[in-house]
Formats: sequence, C-alpha cells, structure tokens
Amino acid sequence: MSGTADGFDPPAVKIAARRRARLRHWDLVALVFTLITLGLAIVWAFPLYWALVTTFKPEYEVVRPGIQLWPEHFTLEAYIHVLTRTKIGFWYINSLITSVAVTVIVVIMAAGAGYAISQLSFPGRRLFWWMILASFMVPIQHGLVVNHFILMNQFHLINTLPGVVLPQLVAPVTVMIYKQFFDSVPKDFREAALVDGANEFQLLFRIYLPMNWGITTALAIITFIGAWNIFLWPFVAVNTEDKMNITVGITQVHDAFGVSYARDLAVAMLAALPVALVYLIFQRRVTQAIMLSAGIKG
Amino acid sequence: MAATGVQLSRGLELIVKSRRNEIAVAYILMAPFIIVYAVIFIWPTIQMVELSFTDAPLIGEGAWVGLKNFWRLQSDRLFSTAIWNTFYFVLLSVIPSTLLGLVVALAVNRLKGWVQSVVLAAFFLPYILPVSVVFRIWSWMFDKDFGVAQHAITPFTDGQHVSVFRTLPLFMPAVAFVTIWWLLGFNVLLFIAGLRNISSEIYEAADLDGAGRWTQFRRITWPLIWPVTALVLTIQLILQLKIFDQVYLFAANVRTDATMVMVQYILKQGFQMNKGGLAAAASLVLFLVIVVLSVLQFQLLRARGER
Repeated sequence: MSGTADGFDPPAVKIAARRRARLRHWDLVALVFTLITLGLAIVWAFPLYWALVTTFKPEYEVVRPGIQLWPEHFTLEAYIHVLTRTKIGFWYINSLITSVAVTVIVVIMAAGAGYAISQLSFPGRRLFWWMILASFMVPIQHGLVVNHFILMNQFHLINTLPGVVLPQLVAPVTVMIYKQFFDSVPKDFREAALVDGANEFQLLFRIYLPMNWGITTALAIITFIGAWNIFLWPFVAVNTEDKMNITVGITQVHDAFGVSYARDLAVAMLAALPVALVYLIFQRRVTQAIMLSAGIKG
Repeated sequence: MAATGVQLSRGLELIVKSRRNEIAVAYILMAPFIIVYAVIFIWPTIQMVELSFTDAPLIGEGAWVGLKNFWRLQSDRLFSTAIWNTFYFVLLSVIPSTLLGLVVALAVNRLKGWVQSVVLAAFFLPYILPVSVVFRIWSWMFDKDFGVAQHAITPFTDGQHVSVFRTLPLFMPAVAFVTIWWLLGFNVLLFIAGLRNISSEIYEAADLDGAGRWTQFRRITWPLIWPVTALVLTIQLILQLKIFDQVYLFAANVRTDATMVMVQYILKQGFQMNKGGLAAAASLVLFLVIVVLSVLQFQLLRARGER
C-alpha cells in the first residue's frame, strides 16, 4: 500500500474511488436518517407543545376541530381561573415542603452513611453494606404501601406532611453512589489531614463532600424531582384537599372544574413547571445522576 | 526497657482510643440511615409477613389463619386478573421501550453538536414529568371529541372517533404506549452512554475490513451494547411490575375491575375492603415476583452476554 499516497498504484486508486462513491451514497442515506430522526423528535415533543399551547386558548378555540398550532386569541384565562379558584397554592406549598425535606434529609443521611461505609471500619460495616445492596431491588414504596399506612397511622401521621415525607426516606442507591465516589478519593488527602489533626467530621465536611460537590448537586436534583413527582404514597397517605401534593391534587378535583381542557392542562403545566425548570437549568447534572443511579459511571 | 514499654503501651492506648473514636464516629454518621432503614423498611417488612398470615383488618388485631390468605388469593378471580394484566402490561411496555430506546439512541448518537442536544431533550423531557401531568396531556390527546390523536385513529375506523381508554381491548396497549412515550428518554440516555463507551477504533478497523453498516451493528454494536440492554431490560421490568399510577388514573372514570393490576389489587383489598391480611399477602406475592423475576432475568441476560 506504499504507492497509495502518490497515486501510482492503480488498485488503490480504484479502491479510493469506490470508497468515495460509497461515501456519497452514504451521505444521502445519512441525510434521510437525520431527517427521520428529526421528524420523530418533533412527533415525540408534540404532545408537550400541544398541551402547552392549548392552555393559552379560550375554551371555544380549544374545542374547535382541526389542528390550530397557535391560539388566535392569546389568553391567560385558564391560568387565572386555576390560580384563583382551586387550592393549587396549598398543593404547591405542600409539594415544595415535602420535596425539599426529602431531598435534604436523604442527601445528608446518604452522605454520612456513604462516608462511614467507605472510609471507616466498624463492626457491622459489611452487614450494612450487604443490606443496602440487597434492598436495591426490593419494591419498598409499592410493596410496603399497606404497612407504611398502618405504621404512619400508629405514629398519628396520616394526613400530615411528615407522614408524606417519612416513607420516602429509604434511598439505598444514594448511599451506594456516595460510597463509590468517596472510595475513589485518594488516600493521601485523608492521611495528610489526619496528620494535621483533623477529625473525621472535618474530613467529611472539609474534604470529601467539597471534593464531590457535583455529585451532591446531582443527587439532590434527582431526589427532588423524584419527590416532586411521587404519586402513590401521597395519594394513599392524604385525604383532605389542603394536605395534598400537587401530583395528587390535580387529579382529584377534576370534577370541580367541569370539563375544561384548557384549565385541566393549565394546572398540569403549573405542576410540571418546577421539574421542567430544574431539568432545563441542570440538564448535565440530571443526566449524570440518572446514569449513576442506573449503575453507569457517566 | 521499662521506658519504651511505657511508651509502647501509651501508643497502644492512643491507637485503641482512636479506634474506639472511629467506631463512635461511624455509628453517629450511620445512625440516621440505620434508624430510617429499620423503621421504614425492615420493620414494615416483618410486619407485612406477619400480617399476611392473619385475618386482621387494615387497622387492628387479627387471628392467625396460616396460609388461608394465600389460598384465597390463589382462588380469587380478581387476583388472577390483576396478575395477568400486570404481566400483559410488562410485555407491552418493557421490550418495546428497550428496543425503541436503542433505535433512538443509535439515531441520536449520529447527530452532532446542538442538534443532538435539542433532539435528545425532545426525547428526554417527558421522562421528568409527574405521572399526573402525563395523564392530563394524553387524556387531552386521545379525547374522544376533540383530541388530535383521533386524526391518527379515524383512518382505521371509517371516521369513527374512539374512546380509547374506555374500550377494554385498547386500554392496556394505550396505557403502555403512553408509558413508553413518558419513560423512553431514560432508556435512550443509558444506551447513548453505552454507545459512547464503544471505542471508535473498532469501527475504523471494521471500515478498513470493508464491513457494511449492518454487519458492524450485528458484530460490534449489538454484542458490546448487550450489558446495557440487559440493564435496561431489568430496570424496566422491576419498574413496570409495579405499575399502578397510569392504570389507576386512566381507568378512574371507568371504575372497572377488568383493568386491575397487582398494586391496585393490594390497595383495593387494604383500603376499600379493609382486609389488611389479604392485602399483606398480595404485597408479599408482589415482593417475591419482583425479586425472583429480576434476579432470574438479570442472570439469564448476563449469561447470554457472556456466551
């Protein structure tokens, strides 16, 4: 193949020409593939767009046949109605309080447990680690829903926000991720700090956590999204409108509006707003956290 | 000699002290996790097993009845329906969403720069939405009178509009379809991560050897992406066996037992019928089904990958 570069080797030239022809052919195929991909992406995103645009239409336009991609008369009537006539304010605050509480507690708890299991030796360490690994597959939220209800009832926490928070706090995967990251911090840091007289708490809060700040952000975001979106447990644990989370609230009071798609969708868009914003702002962190919780180091 | 002995024992004392200190710190750090784990997971699990052998109501004491609850489940038509519907839903959602996830990941992976980010976001955005928002969006899309999805349905039905979620044979496929739309982004993300881990040198080598695209996919991409495929299948299986939210929401106006799934059966027995024991027994079955099937599937898939 030494003659390829100066073009004196006829078979090589022929191969190159054939390759170029094949590439041109591939260019066309590639373009078609790209167009199909773009088309599918548009189809996939369309329901989101369609729901959003419907909320800005007056009711008579909503029920007009045909596909009208932009409102003729842009109106915020649906949003105003939902904000003034439903308890969405309560639901929003309940969701916010419970989601933030779950996030803060889970992250602190998991960081502590992850650090202890990763860096310290104590009796029971292996046992705890095996229990965490084993609970990875167990359907804690769904399988235990009846017994969580019984338990929260014994604690007199049914229909309270702490009652909504508590059963969401078991997060073995978060501990696993913290352990994995603390494991990979070089031992030199630890030894140097210990020689300087630092104690374990200082090690955790001054070295290990700051070094893995990105992971804490990612885990906090994904925990928040999960807690905001949770449906089954708040649905079971709460039975008055004032205490409902937004995910439950928007499905339970449907009849109070009568059938009005603009309003139904407006309340849904408001429910989705925080998680959509969090995702759009922290896209990279969200994807990182998802891959980490699936066991892929991204 | 005596002096070094004293020093040695002092050093030992310090080590013992710092060791004891380490254990104390460890338990302080572990304490919140251990308490929550014990109260929210271990204790209710023990209670569930215990409850499943009694005839207790949801709240209150009951008598030990042995395996009676499990016999009742076994002969309960509604429980068979719930199991059958759950497996039917798993079949409709798990494999299609995995395959489609791979196809979309391959397609998105070819794109570059901001186009790739935008397309990926289009597929991923539904995944972060709450289930009730997904429910609202698709009830509107499929609405019998005004839904735009009817435009895609009427060509097959001579212009007749179809009330998708009130037509029993269409119910599960439609819920599975919505679920795939909702969760596909997760699979796509995992597959893209897997595809990026395949070294481009392998493809370059295959190119030089004149391997076509299809051969490259079959001989390189498919075997190398297999571990991710196994992972996605397992995660989806565990997730979809727990199906409740969508089925409940879409069936809420229908109120029929025909679309019952396992978690829904548990809630019905526990909260509507006030049969705590029976609900616990059904929960235990769900537990076992999920653990056994997911372990089995993962081992099987891994074995296939190693061959």
